[in-house]
Amino acid sequence: MARLARFILLPLLVVVGMVTLGSADTEARFDRLGHKLMCACGCSQVLLSCDHVGCPNLAQETQELRAAIANGTGDNAILSAFQAEYGPTVLAAPWLTKFNIVAWIVPPALLLIGFAGTFLLVRKWRLRSVPMPDVPEDTHSREIRDRIRRETEI
Amino acid sequence: MPAFGSFSLLVALVLSAYCLLAGGVALRLLATGRTAAIAPERLAETARRAGIASFLATSCAAFALVWAAFTNDFSVAYILQHSNRALPTPYKFAALWSGQEGSLLLWAWLLTGYGFVLRVRHKVDVSLTAYASTILAGIQVFFLLLVNFPATPFSLVTGAVPPDGNGLNPLLQYPEMVIHPPMLYLGYVGFAVPFAFALGALMMRYPGEKWIHITRRWTMVTWLFLTVGIFLGMHWAYNVLGWGGYWGWDPVENASLMPWLTGTAFLHSVMMQEKRGMMKSWNVWLIFSTFLLAILGTLLTRSGLVSSVHAFAQSAIGTWFWVFLVIVLGVCTFTYILQRDHLRTEHHLESLVSRESSFAFNNLILLAACFTILWGTLFPVLSEYVQGYRVTVSAPWYNRIGVPVGVLLLFVTGIGPLLAWRSTSMRSIRRNFVIPGIAALVVAIALIPLGVHPWTIFTTGEQGAFYAWITFALAAFVIVAIFAEFFRGARVIQKHTGQNLFLSVIQLTRRNTRRYGGYLVHFGVVLIFIGFAGQAFNQSKEMTMNYKQSMFIGPYRIECEDFSQDSNANYDTTFALLNVYDRNSGKKITSLSPELRFYTASQQPQTMVANYSTPAWDLYVIFAGSDPATRQPVVKAFLNPLVMWIWIGLVLTIFGTVIALVPNLSAALAAQRTRLPAAAPADLVAAGKAGD
Repeated sequence: MARLARFILLPLLVVVGMVTLGSADTEARFDRLGHKLMCACGCSQVLLSCDHVGCPNLAQETQELRAAIANGTGDNAILSAFQAEYGPTVLAAPWLTKFNIVAWIVPPALLLIGFAGTFLLVRKWRLRSVPMPDVPEDTHSREIRDRIRRETEI
Repeated sequence: MPAFGSFSLLVALVLSAYCLLAGGVALRLLATGRTAAIAPERLAETARRAGIASFLATSCAAFALVWAAFTNDFSVAYILQHSNRALPTPYKFAALWSGQEGSLLLWAWLLTGYGFVLRVRHKVDVSLTAYASTILAGIQVFFLLLVNFPATPFSLVTGAVPPDGNGLNPLLQYPEMVIHPPMLYLGYVGFAVPFAFALGALMMRYPGEKWIHITRRWTMVTWLFLTVGIFLGMHWAYNVLGWGGYWGWDPVENASLMPWLTGTAFLHSVMMQEKRGMMKSWNVWLIFSTFLLAILGTLLTRSGLVSSVHAFAQSAIGTWFWVFLVIVLGVCTFTYILQRDHLRTEHHLESLVSRESSFAFNNLILLAACFTILWGTLFPVLSEYVQGYRVTVSAPWYNRIGVPVGVLLLFVTGIGPLLAWRSTSMRSIRRNFVIPGIAALVVAIALIPLGVHPWTIFTTGEQGAFYAWITFALAAFVIVAIFAEFFRGARVIQKHTGQNLFLSVIQLTRRNTRRYGGYLVHFGVVLIFIGFAGQAFNQSKEMTMNYKQSMFIGPYRIECEDFSQDSNANYDTTFALLNVYDRNSGKKITSLSPELRFYTASQQPQTMVANYSTPAWDLYVIFAGSDPATRQPVVKAFLNPLVMWIWIGLVLTIFGTVIALVPNLSAALAAQRTRLPAAAPADLVAAGKAGD
């Protein structure tokens, strides 16, 4: 048990430590958060991808984002503040809250169900299949088939 | 000319309606054996000819609209909205599809064009073509109703005719825009043909798989058009929109990708029906879904149901599309329920480790990708319905959910061709997988010292490097597997003909164009994935630049040589002249001139990107505006790795598809050409045919 704990918990602690330490680089944070927000001018583009010349919101939103990062506000608090100011559509992806969780879990869940279903179906078909009686083969055809298999390695 | 155009559209509608009704009556009479005043065969022939004539009438209408654009006939409201006198000639031609009404006319014209080819080539199979022609006529009637009533392109302006038009949307004034929409529409509309054949074959309980052989080329050509259309759109977005990327997960982009994914699934799974008589219902529903998704995509973007950057295409014709979608779905479901016993499978999957199961998983992943995109596109609407407010589902969501699905698809692309039909032995798995597996491992290890650090997913939460690392390793696996397939087959031919390996590869490909063309398409897709993976390492910088001031990005130093203004009849432009130097050696590499244009007629600004592309990365520069205080240019530079491989991958995909479309060179003919006895050795025949 102690060995198991050493082998599983230790790497886990290292990973958690690394994640929580994270990168404190301001520019990287600005870039990361800027890609989690939408431009609010109605151009339907991610904030830092907005190419709308003369956009009325781009400068304001980026300034607010830079100011919040400089103040040392946490990522979630920044995103919440933006949501409060510009509405829920300012977040580039729905948060994991209430009904929004459905947005995240349905596609992977369906894929997994699809995989499981295919596995089970093939298994069922294999169990159902009746072994065919041996049919006497003519030697010539078997020789040709063996030769094909041997020479093409298929 | 507008009156001629309107009249032509009305004639086209009447002819299509006749083709539908007369064709339907004739088929019913033939099916029931009843008699009528006119022989059903003759009635069917008149329907066919009416269908052919509907193309001529629609062509006249399309010509009338283009003529109105070229002659600056601003009495036509559509031309007034989408053209102006100073517009360069090629873009006047593009006015045909730059707005709602024109693009629907293009759709109708292409649809009748496809119908024209189908009806002229009716001798391929007279009865099946008669069914397909009648179904196609039904679709024609819908689109011709649209352009005759709610969205007519020949409406006239009221009052005095303005001396000049409002001009074409600046975003569309780019060479690729002259070919991107027609390509995309050729793809969208083209899926109506295999759909019509599939539905027709099901209605008439067509025996065997011949309908698949008939539609295979149609489907592949259509798929190719859609592929080229999508990638031209990406290239346009990359070079025009100026945000540094090529895919923004906009609903219109998504709408084009969904039928492409189901179409790709159909092209794969149809092989199982041809070879083993399996997945018949699945295939029929795949082609139904592909067509329905093409219509749904159009509905989503034109009805205003979801917000899109392609807002110029929105209007109130959504209801028409809803009704049409429900009718098509109803007809498909009803026919399927009535005839489903005809689609009984002849074999079942026998092993999970077989070519059949790889196709099944490939289909599953492609459909999962399609569903993910549909879900992401519709979730804002669903959220509004359930929660009372809309949420945004944009790039971060698609990247997190969609990228793993893409990686899975790449994995299946690699292993699928290495598996045998029915069941694969462990010996065969070991033999086929060892070398590609080693290649993948070597690449995965070699990438780490080169700076691809997959563990950043744990340290910073950034997934890009992790997925890029997996993609590069899988790409190595697939590429080596494809080369091994070519090498193995070519060696057999080389052994018997004495030709060099290159000629043997060509002969091998000509023996089984579908299989080896398919491999080339896979190779192209892998290169495209490599290009996508490069996105994880994008860099960008923005700077207000004075004369001789420099900006550093990646291996480049960008120096501002000059900035100035210019103007012509169509637009005013502000531009910067930038010299690009090698950061280390100081050697000049190139000059770039990003612009900011202001179009006179439409009074809209537009950036013009300057791009220096190499196989390693693109130096992508935009003129983001001028500093209000100093009037100096604000330059934004992006360093986008591996983008060129996306376009190279596309070229290879086109090449592979074209090869797959070419008929096989028969083994006997090949033997004759290489002066071998007509009875070619068994292994030589097998090298070309096995494992198809």
